Amino acid sequence: MFYGTDLSSRLMLGTAQYPSPAVLREAITASGAEVITVSLRREGKDGGAFRDILKDSGCRILPNTAGCHTAGEAVTTARMARELFGTSWIKLEVIGHADTLQPDPFALVEAARILCADGFDVFPYTTEDLIVGERLLEAGCKVLMPWGAPIGSGQGLRNIEGLRAMRAHFSGIPLVIDAGIGSPSQAAQAMEMGFDAVLLNTAVAKALDPVQMARAFGQAVAAGQMAYTAGLMPRRDMAHASTPVFGMAELLP
Amino acid sequence: MISVLGAGVAGLCAATAIRDRGLDVEVIVPEGSPPPVSRLAGGMLAPFCEGESAPETVVARGQKAVDWWASHVSGVEKRGTLMVAAARDGTELDRFSRATCQHTWVSPAQLEPALETRFTRGLFFEAESHMNPVEALADLRRSLVSRGVRFHGQAPSGQIVDCRGLAARGHLPDLRAVRGEMLKVHAPDVELTRPIRLLHPRFPCYIVPHAPGLYMIGATMVESANAGGISVRAVMELLSAAYTVHPGFAEAEVMETGAGLRPAFPDNIPAIRSLLGAIHLNGMYRHGFLMAPILAEELAQQLAGTSGQTQTRKHVHAC
Repeated sequence: MFYGTDLSSRLMLGTAQYPSPAVLREAITASGAEVITVSLRREGKDGGAFRDILKDSGCRILPNTAGCHTAGEAVTTARMARELFGTSWIKLEVIGHADTLQPDPFALVEAARILCADGFDVFPYTTEDLIVGERLLEAGCKVLMPWGAPIGSGQGLRNIEGLRAMRAHFSGIPLVIDAGIGSPSQAAQAMEMGFDAVLLNTAVAKALDPVQMARAFGQAVAAGQMAYTAGLMPRRDMAHASTPVFGMAELLP
Repeated sequence: MISVLGAGVAGLCAATAIRDRGLDVEVIVPEGSPPPVSRLAGGMLAPFCEGESAPETVVARGQKAVDWWASHVSGVEKRGTLMVAAARDGTELDRFSRATCQHTWVSPAQLEPALETRFTRGLFFEAESHMNPVEALADLRRSLVSRGVRFHGQAPSGQIVDCRGLAARGHLPDLRAVRGEMLKVHAPDVELTRPIRLLHPRFPCYIVPHAPGLYMIGATMVESANAGGISVRAVMELLSAAYTVHPGFAEAEVMETGAGLRPAFPDNIPAIRSLLGAIHLNGMYRHGFLMAPILAEELAQQLAGTSGQTQTRKHVHAC
């Protein structure tokens, strides 16, 4: 449950960089995503035509504060988003470094505290750091969004052990892998590890065929989720014959 | 009589194609209308590069644009497009090569010696062209006037062909604005002879030589209807990208900055739409110089009653 909302598709899709709004719409449909994110920092209030296209998709909209570098900027952008989209959901991004696009955990916690107190349902884009995660929960967040890898890098889950530890540490908290996912297999891997959803943009938007790629991601996320629910077999160091040994025919005379 | 509304690239191409067929045409530009946004264009005829994000119809049909322009205006330069990327963005170049066609791998400095050793490899789209868009539009207008076409701001007296871009939004509810920002600089220390496109994951840019030492640097793409002046961010991003291409741009003089709103339909494909009372030629998006002549010819053929077996309708494969 994400702030009281259950989602049947666990893929969340970004809406930037597509060849056209028409292709974006097709990709959303093909992916089966029920949540889409949209940035506001650059488009501002004058991006109404594009926002109307997104609203028409019927998806739940998760506005984001992409491009904000300070808590103040992010809070202002979040309030504008609430006004424009009529939703209390906000994907909180406070970028600490323009080159790596790594989140600034200090400003993130500060902005989360302000926004949670103001009635927002905050989805903070964070790292796999456990202490930062705890501080965000203390601030009032009920979902965490750790990165897989730097935004747009397509590197997949760069710190698997760290993410595994995070999953174990925050066992009851919805965790969404946000950023860095490049291929459907990486998305499936995140879901197999027990993450609750995957959010991505570039891997679909910049594919040679975004609609096909969106479909591939939708299926991979569903497969990963199904596998996690079904219960994955544990790894073993030794071989383990899958055919029983007892009762085999004696072929030697 | 055909009354073309608007004197941007769509309007002037439409009026020209109509006049070429011997029909009477007038161009309506009301007193005090803002200048057309197509004056801010790069003036590139780059169907293959555009194929990275544009659909096949733009790539296939846009290939005819160069012949149209070369037969109507002077100054069409057939020197191709050179695509480069910083070494660390080499994978962007690989991706671009997979997403497009009609290119060859080159050593950039062999084509443009001024690039020296800054880029070890590049993609060359030999069949592409460019021109100075302001001069090209002026040429079309002069030619129309010399052939008796009247430009005026009074009421239209004939069949309406509406080419007003975003000003026609009231009739085309799905038309939206896509903001673009650009600069023109005078850089006497930089000697580039063809459009250079720099691939960058966040700040892509192109540099188009409009005259010796004069370059257009563009262009941002923002889903916004804000028509205000260029933003500081756009200036910084575009100029830092240009500086990456050639450090001589640091000494350039900024001659002009501009921001305009591209009219676009949801699929970003320019189109002719026949509505009650008017035929619309709109949604040029970033393909005005590439697609306006193609659609203008199609429209003129319809109006002249010779539609059907037309050249522009013939299916052309993109690659």
